Amino acid sequence: MSLENISLSGKKIQVSENKMTFLEKLYLINIAKGMWVTFKHMFKRKATIKYPEEKRTFSPVYRGRHMLMRDDQGRERCTACGLCALSCPAEAITMKAAERKPDEMHLYREEKYAEIYEINMLRCIFCGLCEEACPKEAIYLTKSKALVFSDYDRPDFIYGKDRLVMPLEQAINNTQMIN
Amino acid sequence: MSETFIIDKMVIIVIVFAITMLMAMYATLAERKIAAWIQDRVGPNRAGKGGILQPLADGLKLFSKEEFIPNTPNKFLFILGPGISMTIALATSAVIPWGDKLIIGGREVLLQATDIDVSILFILGILSVGVYGIIIGGWASNNKYSLMGAMRAGSQMISYELAMGLSIISIVMMSGSLSLKEIAIQQPGMHWNIFYQPLAFIIFLVCSFAETNRAPFDMSEGEHELVGGYNLEYSSMKMGFYLFAEYAAMFVSSAILAVMFLGAYNYPGMEWAIENWGVNTANLIGTGVLFLKIFFFIFLYMWVRWTIPRFRYDQIMDLGWKVLIPLSLINIVITAAVILLGN
Repeated sequence: MSLENISLSGKKIQVSENKMTFLEKLYLINIAKGMWVTFKHMFKRKATIKYPEEKRTFSPVYRGRHMLMRDDQGRERCTACGLCALSCPAEAITMKAAERKPDEMHLYREEKYAEIYEINMLRCIFCGLCEEACPKEAIYLTKSKALVFSDYDRPDFIYGKDRLVMPLEQAINNTQMIN
Repeated sequence: MSETFIIDKMVIIVIVFAITMLMAMYATLAERKIAAWIQDRVGPNRAGKGGILQPLADGLKLFSKEEFIPNTPNKFLFILGPGISMTIALATSAVIPWGDKLIIGGREVLLQATDIDVSILFILGILSVGVYGIIIGGWASNNKYSLMGAMRAGSQMISYELAMGLSIISIVMMSGSLSLKEIAIQQPGMHWNIFYQPLAFIIFLVCSFAETNRAPFDMSEGEHELVGGYNLEYSSMKMGFYLFAEYAAMFVSSAILAVMFLGAYNYPGMEWAIENWGVNTANLIGTGVLFLKIFFFIFLYMWVRWTIPRFRYDQIMDLGWKVLIPLSLINIVITAAVILLGN
């Protein structure tokens, strides 16, 4: 068996260098064939997803925007241990810890809390390692389909606690659902 | 020449102008929609219902763009270029019979801006002037790419005009007249020229693709090799004029194709309609039928554009000189022989 006949993929085609016949030189038959292909495509189902109205179906293990959780009494769970920042491969998380005052018992669960907690959404890769690292079950990647919206200024992509902490109404709802 | 005659013609000219403009406008939308459908997409659908206001939005955008004139010694020619393209594209519509005749207040009104005896010669002449718009624009841009695009357009148009003229000759031999009106009258019912002259039809069709600089013959604006072609240095509404002229030319050449080969405004049962519904209704239906045929050709133009890749330069020249011209010459001989034997 000579080398020319071997075809590992089984799709080998011998290239012919025959001169085109007069009919082929007119291109008409092949053009008609091509036009038929495109004509059929005109009536196919469109692949477009009309984005703002329609959204792509997300995977069940999808990881969306972060949320800093509250416990069943509406207190922030985060204790600013910094493990999430440490585990973050993109170095997107930064925080500043503060000590809880006696009159802030209803706001923060632990004695230490995050005074500033920022995630740079331009750096974040939504890997979910922060969620895995958190010992207090404070940070979660939600299934929220609202991803990070476009903006004009880089500082606007650094999300602070105002945009990360779970809204109070949601915490109240959750507590009511449990009881 | 009476005053009413002049007023009739003025009205027809204004209507034809308005319709051509409207068609050119909506051809841009149609092109984008058809492109999208062929590629399994939806196409522009945000401006207005189903994207119906998209052409207006496009026009508005072009108007609001910066008017840039490159550092060229030929500023006048630079401005003249798009104007010539547009004028030529519109001028051809003067001789197209848009319908038979209407009877308004006892007068017969021909639905044609002017019925000159040599309208086919007029069209060929005007079309060959059309290349000046592109060449002048490319030359005055003072840019290598523009000049090359313009040169390609020029050589291509000259080559294909020959085959185009030769293919028309066989039609002229059959009808014995150079008037488009006469050619339209000689195709009653389903006696369309396409059935008698299929070869001439194909040659003319291919040539009109080349004449309007549409794909697969749009080398003059080949993006991948010439950046943008002859209109590279143009911006704002001058650019818009070039694009608009292309669509206007497409509409007009579709109209010429429909008149010459698809029986113009004739449809089967026209005699019956004239007897039963009156001349005006029957002829207005005829105009509608003509527009359906034109729409078919416009669709064909777009369909071809989104199917066939661009020809290489030497392939275009080969096709023009070595295939189309011999074929049209053979066609002339065959037609002559058939006419001679038929008599």
